[in-house]
Amino acid sequence: MDLEKLQQKLMAAARATPPGDQVPYAFEKRIMARLTAPLTVDVWAVWGRWLWRAVAPCMSVMAALGVWVLATTHAEPESPNLEQAIENTLLSSDDVAGE
Amino acid sequence: MEPSDTELIAAVRQGDVQQFETLITRYQPRVFATARRYARREDEVQDIVQEVFIKAFQKLDSFRAEAPFEHWLMRMAVRTCYDFLRSHQRNRETTLTDLSDPEVDWLERFAAGPEDNSKNTDAARALVERVMAQLSPEARLVITLLEIEDRSVKEIARLTGWSVPLVKVRAFRARAQMKKILETLTREKYL
Repeated sequence: MDLEKLQQKLMAAARATPPGDQVPYAFEKRIMARLTAPLTVDVWAVWGRWLWRAVAPCMSVMAALGVWVLATTHAEPESPNLEQAIENTLLSSDDVAGE
Repeated sequence: MEPSDTELIAAVRQGDVQQFETLITRYQPRVFATARRYARREDEVQDIVQEVFIKAFQKLDSFRAEAPFEHWLMRMAVRTCYDFLRSHQRNRETTLTDLSDPEVDWLERFAAGPEDNSKNTDAARALVERVMAQLSPEARLVITLLEIEDRSVKEIARLTGWSVPLVKVRAFRARAQMKKILETLTREKYL
């Protein structure tokens, strides 16, 4: 099939039947009503919008604080192993009694 | 005698908002015709037209009167239609396989004799709509303006805000995209 010709035919058909320019009854009144309507503020929508806007800064602050805490925390001195710790705890009473 | 566009715009700028209604009445048929090229459903068309006039009202202060008001408004209309195409890109899932009987008839008559299928332009128009719905927003806009409305590249650049070379590139890609769609359409039906 000659696609070039098909394309030309279809375009010619589209050109031959332009869309209508009819306007719904009193459409201009509808637009004017929108333009002149008093501005009503939806408090919840405004609140929600601000909450969404606050998400990114809050996350950034949280991430920055996390990094700062990790960077400033000193590593704990290495604790003795568990076996040694238990032994020390148990024998500490003997040490006290011996004194 | 009816007031000119310049007089009406001056009045609106000075606070007489009601004068804008005359501008709407004067130009809404053209804006409706433009919107109907890109949107199928009447409620979508009305939403586009409403948006165009609301934008025009809000940006009226930026109108410099270097070109006629109609040109400025139509530029806004075309850009609003483009935004509409972009935002509804994913909702348009027309398939090429489910052609209606008149559309199949039209294609078969074209296959039999490309010169002899002037009848049933409704079927041809439905086919055009089907093919256009498959195009990307840029391609659809450029094909509509270039091939259907028969506008020059310069005019399209002015209407869309794209540069002249960009319009040419997009027109080239749009034609290629359309050819590919027609190829798919005819392959599915005739091979």
